[in-house]
Amino acid sequence: MRINSFFYTIGQGFKNLGRNKWYTLASIATIGACLFLFGLVFSIINNIQYFVHTAEEGVSVTVFFNEGVNEDQILAVKSDLEKRPEVREINYIDPEAAWEDFKKDYIGEYTDGFTENPLADSASLEIYLNDVSMQAALVTYIESLDVVRTVNRSEITADTLSGLNKLMAYVSMGIIVILLLVSIFLISNTVTMGIAVRKDEINIMKYIGATDFFVRAPFVVEGIIIGIIGSLIPLLILYYVYGSAIDYVHTQFAMLSNILPFLPVEQIYNELVPISMAIGIGIGFLGSFTTVRKHLHV
Amino acid sequence: MEKGFRKTKSGRQIPEGEVITLDHVTKSYSSGAPALNDVTLHIKKGEFVFIVGDSGSGKSTLIKLLLRELVPTNGEITVLGYNLNKIKHSKIPKFRRNLGIVFQDFRLLKDRNVYENVAFAQRIVQTSTREIKRNVPSILATVNLAGKYKSKINQLSGGEQQRVALARALINKPTILLADEPTGNLDPNNSWEIMKLMEKINESGTTVIVVTHNREIVNAMKKRVITMKKGVIIEDEEEGTYIDED
Repeated sequence: MRINSFFYTIGQGFKNLGRNKWYTLASIATIGACLFLFGLVFSIINNIQYFVHTAEEGVSVTVFFNEGVNEDQILAVKSDLEKRPEVREINYIDPEAAWEDFKKDYIGEYTDGFTENPLADSASLEIYLNDVSMQAALVTYIESLDVVRTVNRSEITADTLSGLNKLMAYVSMGIIVILLLVSIFLISNTVTMGIAVRKDEINIMKYIGATDFFVRAPFVVEGIIIGIIGSLIPLLILYYVYGSAIDYVHTQFAMLSNILPFLPVEQIYNELVPISMAIGIGIGFLGSFTTVRKHLHV
Repeated sequence: MEKGFRKTKSGRQIPEGEVITLDHVTKSYSSGAPALNDVTLHIKKGEFVFIVGDSGSGKSTLIKLLLRELVPTNGEITVLGYNLNKIKHSKIPKFRRNLGIVFQDFRLLKDRNVYENVAFAQRIVQTSTREIKRNVPSILATVNLAGKYKSKINQLSGGEQQRVALARALINKPTILLADEPTGNLDPNNSWEIMKLMEKINESGTTVIVVTHNREIVNAMKKRVITMKKGVIIEDEEEGTYIDED
């Protein structure tokens, strides 16, 4: 292809946007509306998953040891447990440190009656998990160790969180798939109508001797530009809406901000921008490519 | 090879100087009688041919076959050495660049001006911008539209629109000009103007094939006339006239 023909087809793609203003606006509005909904659902789901994840990170298992088990043995168990994939972090709670904390928190200055550390046998391991659904298996393993006296865990929290996590994964997949299907249907309809209106133009081009590529290229360029604009607009709106929503929740419900952490918009957009752009451009490209193909056999 | 014959790209022998050959061509659609029934036709380079006949006589099907928009059900069509029965889809654009086409309804791009409509045909064959800038004003002058190159299509009269369509058909210097009812939407004055332009184009060596209903023009121009009825050629005569079928 000659270089000026290349620029001509690109130029025609841009000019087509102006020539078919209503079609362009309808397509951008459809893609924009679909991707706005997609972005909204994506942000909400990501935040819910983030809440769940944050809650999961707080779930710990505390392991207490039999009387007489010394620090070296406990540290050996610790390093053994650290090798397990479900374990994220283990803190060794020294009995002296535990007693100091206890005194500070509950007894204050009234410690004269204690000559010895009453928590001497309370050395423990505080285990945080990567995946709370693995808690039961880990606890069973730990309980089978000879040196272990007791294991404290919150079965209900762990089960609820892991169930919630699974449910969120299914629900989000379902919503996103439905949204994508609806978007593809709506957008391909818009593209089909827009191109059907220009069937004559395609026919003329074919009669004059245009190659399929030459006929298709301006439509595809047009589709891609519509895809880019159609994905950028909802991203910009959502950026503003998301920021405003977080500010609103933080100011109106200040107590919630400690309980419900929100993902920063930048973190959401790290994923949302490429996904939205890919969907917008992909649908613009495929929609125009396949619809023009129907009219090429003249 | 026999004297006076040449070999086509597909190896067939056709008479020297023949640009269109239909050899026992039949075109049937899914229902009803064939639109074209066992038609044999030879058109030489530089001829001016009228194809006349009532609606349903097969004229439009013939044009569509010549454009390779349709493929014959039986028989063989050769145009400019291309066997249209066997031509690959990817080769059709190259073949069509040898043809200029004019339609009754002009088929211009209404969102572009006169210059852009004509330049469009050159863009398709990848002519350089510099050549386009030289060729378009020249062809617009030939069809007497040099002063209207900036006009929008809907600002032009029917006759002017058909002249733009003619300029677009001619800009790539086609070997054959196919015109499907070119005067069908025009008043007598404009019709004559278009036909005179076509005659001029024919005199410069282009083969011109005109499908028409215009009895007055056919009878006045004294060209070859092929008359069709119900899918067959019923008359083919040099300097022919429009035959009344009633």
